This record gives sequence, structure tokens and C-alpha cells, in this order.
Amino acid sequence: MDLFEYQGKELFARWAIPIPEGKLATTPDEAASAATTLGGKVVVKAQVQVGGRGKAGGIKLADGSDETRQAAESILGMDIKGHIVERVLIEKASDIEDEYYASILLDRAAKKYLLMVSSKGGMDIEEVAANEPDALAKIHIDPLLGLQSFQVNQLVFGSGIDAKARSGAAEIIRRMFALFIEADATLVEINPMILTGQGEVLALDSKVSLDDSALFRHPDFEELREVVATDPQERMAKERDLNFIKLDGDIGIIGNGAGLVMATLDVVDQAGGRAANFLDVGGGAGADDLSNALEVVLSDTKLGSVLVNIFGGITRCDLVAEGIVDAVGRLDVRVPIVVRLDGTNAEEGRRILSVASHPQIVPAETMSEAAGKAVEVKV
Amino acid sequence: MAIFIDNSTKVVVQGLTGQQGSFHSLRNRDYGTAIVAGVTPGKGGQKIEGIPIFDTVSEAAVETGANVAVSYVPARFAPDGILEAADAAVGLVVCITEGIPANDMARVYKHLKRSDSTSLIGPNCPGLISPGKSNVGIIPGEICIPGPVGLVSRSGTLTYQVMHELTTMGIGQSTCVGIGGDPIVGTSFIDCLERFEQDPETKLVALIGEIGGDEEEKAADFINANMETPVVAYIAGFTAPPGKRMGHAGAIVSGSKGTAQAKAEAFEAAGVRVGKNSTEVAELVKDALASIG
Repeated sequence: MDLFEYQGKELFARWAIPIPEGKLATTPDEAASAATTLGGKVVVKAQVQVGGRGKAGGIKLADGSDETRQAAESILGMDIKGHIVERVLIEKASDIEDEYYASILLDRAAKKYLLMVSSKGGMDIEEVAANEPDALAKIHIDPLLGLQSFQVNQLVFGSGIDAKARSGAAEIIRRMFALFIEADATLVEINPMILTGQGEVLALDSKVSLDDSALFRHPDFEELREVVATDPQERMAKERDLNFIKLDGDIGIIGNGAGLVMATLDVVDQAGGRAANFLDVGGGAGADDLSNALEVVLSDTKLGSVLVNIFGGITRCDLVAEGIVDAVGRLDVRVPIVVRLDGTNAEEGRRILSVASHPQIVPAETMSEAAGKAVEVKV
Repeated sequence: MAIFIDNSTKVVVQGLTGQQGSFHSLRNRDYGTAIVAGVTPGKGGQKIEGIPIFDTVSEAAVETGANVAVSYVPARFAPDGILEAADAAVGLVVCITEGIPANDMARVYKHLKRSDSTSLIGPNCPGLISPGKSNVGIIPGEICIPGPVGLVSRSGTLTYQVMHELTTMGIGQSTCVGIGGDPIVGTSFIDCLERFEQDPETKLVALIGEIGGDEEEKAADFINANMETPVVAYIAGFTAPPGKRMGHAGAIVSGSKGTAQAKAEAFEAAGVRVGKNSTEVAELVKDALASIG
């Protein structure tokens, strides 16, 4: 789960990572009153989960409540690379003397945590790594030992940040690591981390991703998640406990198992089509799961056809077929549904579909035949 | 021969009294696998369909000589279960459980590597099968036949799809291993390739990868440097968009890294032929076997 900047900063505040004073606003009026409360110059920042918001005009400096209202008016509702701005963060403007970078993530190749600090902040860290490797200190942390003091020193001295910033940065690194472990994050990034004219070190931005698998340890994070899921179709899938990702084609895809569904998207592409979504009903899916999955996929009005590709292992194809029959019975089905069933109880499944003989159900023998048909029968 | 499991495999099931654990373990037993014990704390002394239940893995291992543990316990207890099986000196732990927090797995992985006496397959995997010998996990035994192809994959049902196509063509398998779709799994492609290379029964290896991480690229380097046994590959996720997690926690393209295209190119550079879909992979396997003779 990727968090918005303001959500990440809420976690920063809880873990005592210094941040500028700020307030969230969803209307220009709220923004104006936030500016009055904060006093002085403020920065109005679009809350979107996509890079490059500054260049897109999503960050504006404002002085006083009128200017802040105007800035919020122009930013709220803005479309930044397909993300509509629904919230702005109003923050006290900082007196920036220098900009740095700090992050921690799980390095899956090394199977350790990777901590990075750079004296070059505010830019793409992959570029810094490629062009100015001396300005970047990277350290692997053993998951069993945790962060050691000497490693913090290696980071603050190795990155070449200003001597005045060292102790503040060291403290932020320790707290970042604590947050990463205690909140079960998979990424914590501060870019930029700044040194102010007053000698303070602050996190000016936040990028935090949390491990969905660890949410059972953090029931209080549930409210963060509610804000994050915004697409109505994705929300609908989540309510039905289905693994769904929206894509931009017009062939709805339902399958069992992530690998098989990914492979199905590829085969549809090879057949000249484009998938409208990724939907994995998971292992051992029953009739209800299939019926729900079809309901979610069919709610996309731009759809031309649907492809159901099931290889039954623990999933029983007879139950899958029952779910499809149930769905076409209760839903208004305007597009053809190509169905390929193989594996456990596939014959019984095919028989159920043939008995139902619904005009929109198109049977297919193999995966590639199914993909071809899904493209062919599109309406 | 086969890799990891064979006729000498004796399995202790963690979570045998649960719905998933009992369903799949009884299917494994029907296949001919020696399921010798189950472990559920507090239910020691009971039996499930004749299989004795113990309170701890160490007790089960001592009493039954179990040499493989398979785990179906819920994600929040699964890391502890893996450590318990390792503590009981069970040589191989197969963890089927999905949704274990990454930080927990990072610690468990490190510990297992340090002790070096227990191998882990998974988590979030379908298990493995040596057709005709032993089946540990949730792979449907009826879609396999014994034969010369070693199969290793990060996925479950996609593996079944490939196995099914091979079996339909009359091509059997030595061992099929599902290594799991999480960012951190106990056994890598390379671990399996090393074993297949040493296995006289395996004449050819089919590797099924997917987007995310760099395990496929590392496997390509390994094949290039160390393998005599021919390998064919398949990658799922050519059309996956960057930044979206495609079902598996590990299946995500980050920036320009982890794309299917990059992986396919790495394999081709190592002389490994790459199929564009499961049917094409099965055809490549058939051709390669024919050329071995």
C-alpha cells in the first residue's frame, strides 16, 4: 500500500521524524484557514501518488490566506498524469539551505535492508547513483542485527552532507529505520531531507509504502487504506476480496493464479487484443467468487468481451461453471464471455456451460484459442 | 532420482488439522506420499485419518523420522512454524502459506542461511512433486507423468498449465518445483538449477519466470557459466504495466527493472530459448529433447 505524502508524514510525526508544520485541506476555504493558522509563507502541495507534481504546477508558494486560497483553487481538481488532485497539504515554507536524500527499502536481491543517504537531494536518486556515485552512501542492514551506530556514521560521513547536518540526519536515519521495522514498511523515502538556515534537519517530502501482508499487526492503518483505494471498480473488487488491477484495454480477464492471469494478458496481446484488467480469483475459488469476479469485470462499460481462463488444481471447474451461469443469470451481460476450463472437473464444468446454453457464453478448448476468440467476438 | 523429494520422503504436516492442510495432505497421501505426522499444538495424541498428531515438530520428527515438513499454518504463525521445523532439524521445509510479512521472511531467511542445515521452499508456493514418487503441497498429481524434464517456476497455476501441455504431449517430468511468488523465498531458481544439473534423471530443465526482481537474470548467468543440461524458459508478464503488483507480492516492474523483456533477453544471451506462451514452451521442450536423442 502506497501512502500519500501527508499520510507518510503522519507516520513521520508518530516516529518523531521532524517535519514542517502543516495541515491538510480538501477545499480552498480549508486551505485559506490553514494558512491563517500556520502564519507566514506557506507551500500548497498537491497530494498525488505520482512523481513530477512540481513541474506539473502542483506545488505553489503562497503568502497569506488569499494567495493560499487561489493556489488551492488552481491545484485542487488538477489532473497530474491521470491522477486527480483531491487534497492539498498546506505547509509552513522552510528556509532551505541544503537538500539531501535518505531512504530505506527491502533489497530483494540481497535479501537485506538497504539504507541510502545522499548529499544530492531533490532529484532522481537513480540518476545520482549513475552520475555522482560519490555523493551516495549505500549500506546493507542485516535483518537479524538491525541498524548499528557505525553504519549510521558510514552513511552521514560517506554521503558528504554538510557537517552542520550530521547529527540531525543521523537522528532521522535511526528513526526512519525504527519506523520501517515497527510499521512494517517496504519503503521509506525522504527526498528532499533539508538543512534549514536555522540548522535543523527536516523531512520535506515523504514516500512510504506499507506491507499489505503485515496489516494484521496494524489495525490502525486500516483508515490509511480507505483513502488510498479510489478507483470505484478497484474498490468494488476489494470489497469482494478479489485481486484486481485496472488496465486500459477492452477485454476483461478473469483467471486463477497470478502467473496464469499474467500469461493470459500476454496471450491476449499476442492475439492482437488489449486487456481491460487483471483479475485473479485465487486458489480454490468457488461459484460465488466467479460470479463476483464477473460482476466486477462487467461493470466496466468500455468492455468488448470477457475471457475466463481457469486451470483447475484446487479450483474446481464445475464450481467455476456454476458461478458463470449464476452471473449471466443475474447480470445484464452485453458482451460475449469466452470460457476456457481445464484441469480438475473440467468436463463437468463444460457440460454445465453447454446445458445453460447462454447466447453470450463462448466455449474454448485451449488458452491460445480462447485468447483468439476473445479478440474475434468483441462487440 | 529426482530433486528434493523422492520415495524416501517422509512428511510432517504443520496445520494438518486445518481445512487446507487436511485436504491437500490427504490428496498427497492418496498419491502415494508418506504423510507420517501432523503438528497442531494442543491436539497431540489425536489422529486425522490414521495420521498421528503431535504438539511439536521436534516430537513428531523424533517419533516418525519425518525428513520434510510442509506448512499450511496462517501467515501470522507461519514464520514461527518454519523456525520450529528448522530447530527440529527437518532437512526441508515447504511453506505453502501466502501473505507472510516481508520483514518476517527477511529474518527467517537470514537465520536459515546462517544455520545452513534446513532448506526452505516457498513461502507462497504450490509445493513440489516428483511424479510417481512423492507429492508435497497442492500440485494436482494427475496432470504429471514421470519423465526427463525438470520444471521450476515462481507461479502455481501457470506451472500446471505447462505441466499439462507437456503431459498431453507425452513428455514426463523428473521434479516440478514451485519456488513461490514472494520477494523473499527460501529456494531460488539457481538452487533448483544446481540440483537439476546434478540429477541424472533430469535431461532438460524448463524454467518459468515472471516479472519483478532479478532472479531470472541471475539464473541466466548461472546457466551460462555452469550448466550442461539444456534449459528452456518462459516469462509471464510481457504486458504488465510498471508499478502495479500483479497478484504475487514479488511480481512488480519497478521503473525499468524487472521487465519480462529484460529477462527474456538475459536468457537468450545465455543461449536459453524463450517461449512466448505455454504451448510454445512445450514445443521448445519437445524439440530440445528430440535433439538430445
